[in-house]
Amino acid sequence: MRGYILKRLLQAIPLLIGIATITFFIVHLAPGDPMDMYVERLQERRDVDPRVIEALRQKYGLDQPLPVQYLKWIGNLTRGDLGESFRYRRPVASLIAERIPYTLQLTVLALLLDALFGIALGIYSAVKRYSTSDKVITVGSLVLYSIPGFWLAVMLVLVFSVNLGWLPTSQTRSLDYETLSAAGKFLDRLWHLVLPVFVLGVAGAAGTARYMRNQLLEVLGKEYVVAARARGLPERSVILKHALRNALIPIVTIYGMALPFLLGGAVLIERIFAWPGMGSLAVDAIGARDYPIILATSMIAAVLVVLGNLMADITYSFVDPRVALDAGRQA
Amino acid sequence: MPEDKLETAFLQQPGMLPPLAIPESTSPFRIARRRFAANRLAVIALGLILMLYLAALLAPWLAPYDPSEIGDVMQTRYLPPSSAHPFGTDEFGRDLFSRALYGARVSLSIGLLAMLVAVSVGTIYGAIAGYAGGAVDNILMRLVDVVIAFPNFFLILLLVGIFEANIMLLILILGLTSWTHTARLIRGEILSLKGREFVVAARALGVRHRLILIRHLIPNALAPVLVSATLMIGGLIGAEAGLSFLGIGVRPPTPSWGNMVSAGQDALLVAWWVAFFPGCLLAVTILSFNLLADGLLDALNPKSLT
Repeated sequence: MRGYILKRLLQAIPLLIGIATITFFIVHLAPGDPMDMYVERLQERRDVDPRVIEALRQKYGLDQPLPVQYLKWIGNLTRGDLGESFRYRRPVASLIAERIPYTLQLTVLALLLDALFGIALGIYSAVKRYSTSDKVITVGSLVLYSIPGFWLAVMLVLVFSVNLGWLPTSQTRSLDYETLSAAGKFLDRLWHLVLPVFVLGVAGAAGTARYMRNQLLEVLGKEYVVAARARGLPERSVILKHALRNALIPIVTIYGMALPFLLGGAVLIERIFAWPGMGSLAVDAIGARDYPIILATSMIAAVLVVLGNLMADITYSFVDPRVALDAGRQA
Repeated sequence: MPEDKLETAFLQQPGMLPPLAIPESTSPFRIARRRFAANRLAVIALGLILMLYLAALLAPWLAPYDPSEIGDVMQTRYLPPSSAHPFGTDEFGRDLFSRALYGARVSLSIGLLAMLVAVSVGTIYGAIAGYAGGAVDNILMRLVDVVIAFPNFFLILLLVGIFEANIMLLILILGLTSWTHTARLIRGEILSLKGREFVVAARALGVRHRLILIRHLIPNALAPVLVSATLMIGGLIGAEAGLSFLGIGVRPPTPSWGNMVSAGQDALLVAWWVAFFPGCLLAVTILSFNLLADGLLDALNPKSLT
């Protein structure tokens, strides 16, 4: 097991270098220059001396040939230095560190909601196959799964914030947050989390419920389940002990692959709720051509995808001893 | 289809009963069509999709107003839905029903065309990998792993945002980031088909590799691709809407359902209808594609062919 993980991690290194290289050149070869954009914004107020622009270019190394910039960036990256943001004039690493907790609040809670409701509803509707409640769950989950999350968010804001006034429209805390007691602060934060987490979680739960139902139904048709029933085991233990364990295997794998979602899954929701997370940092950086932030967030996302796939494979072998890790990659 | 021919050959042997009793619907295609027709939701979904595409096609004739006609803003801005403006008007007094129709053109064609790009690339790529096998297959599939390791929505966001993509480029970017699933599907199908008798026979007859691929292998491998392509259109329409909502996909004044919802979010306090209708259309469209894919999956699943 340890050897396998090590091998996969070593294999990931050239992969990540490849991704880093491609991302770097995509970003730098695109039209538009961060300094031009910055200067444009300055120029709205006053004339900028071209020498100032030149000095800025030099400061950020943008006057050097692209291959030199690339080598420097890769070199810094291997030392864990993500560079300095053009726009905020601060180290990218500290900017990202500030944003991560906000995104994690959303995505971790959303994943919990997803797993809890998705798996429970999936099991329920598989067990009660073809009943009215099964039909309601199946159709309802397909509908929720199909509704674009950003639109659902806007509509829920319309109903619960604008019309009913029960929930805040955006932001992570109220204006009078500082005046609240400790418990009040906690409740205030929770209150602001309700809508974004619900929207993020509900689409996930709908997908999970559908998947769980299909998996369980497939397993319930297997011979060992028929055999367990034939032996006269109570239905409850047939489902919980024999069927569910096997049906959960692919579901667990899916959650292994949810790692990239944790940091990059809330881009649209963060935008809608003015949530200061990773997603909005990345989108704003793309708009402002803030190369260091764009490159850093892309690399973090890529690392998470690679790690997520590895985690999925490892959890797969944990829950299903029949899966041999080293043979798994062959076919 | 092989089973079909086998059965006919068997029945035509001398001494056997004349093939009177063959029901008309024995071909897998007929069975699939009948199974599909029995799925009411899928048929309704197909009908809805055809209607939406037809409406998009006929937008210039169906739209009651010019989608960019502004007119007297003070008089016509933010009018609620009425018989004159079924979807109301927006901040510039433009008729939202007309804009939704023209937005359908943009959103629906981006989904369809990007799917075609993805499926074409994926089919050719997967077919070559699966048919060649060995080292070629290994290298090609490793490359697929690399592409998959790019976080998809993030990559699209980056490419579309950085290149300030126009609609053509947007279609290409969406298509070229979505082909890997098709490639894997086709490769798997081809791997399992290429050892079958009809392929071996074709090769023994001296049929060229390219022809074997195009005539014999790819057509037989397409059934699962049909399902995934249907799902893909829905996903791509959603992706385009998300990008346009963020302001980096289709940019105003060109209407797309995504950027209409975005405009609606800004107007939420005064005019709910601006965001409501285009989003409904998006949801109905994506839901229809998902239902259609479900129906196709059931109809085409060879395991459930009885």
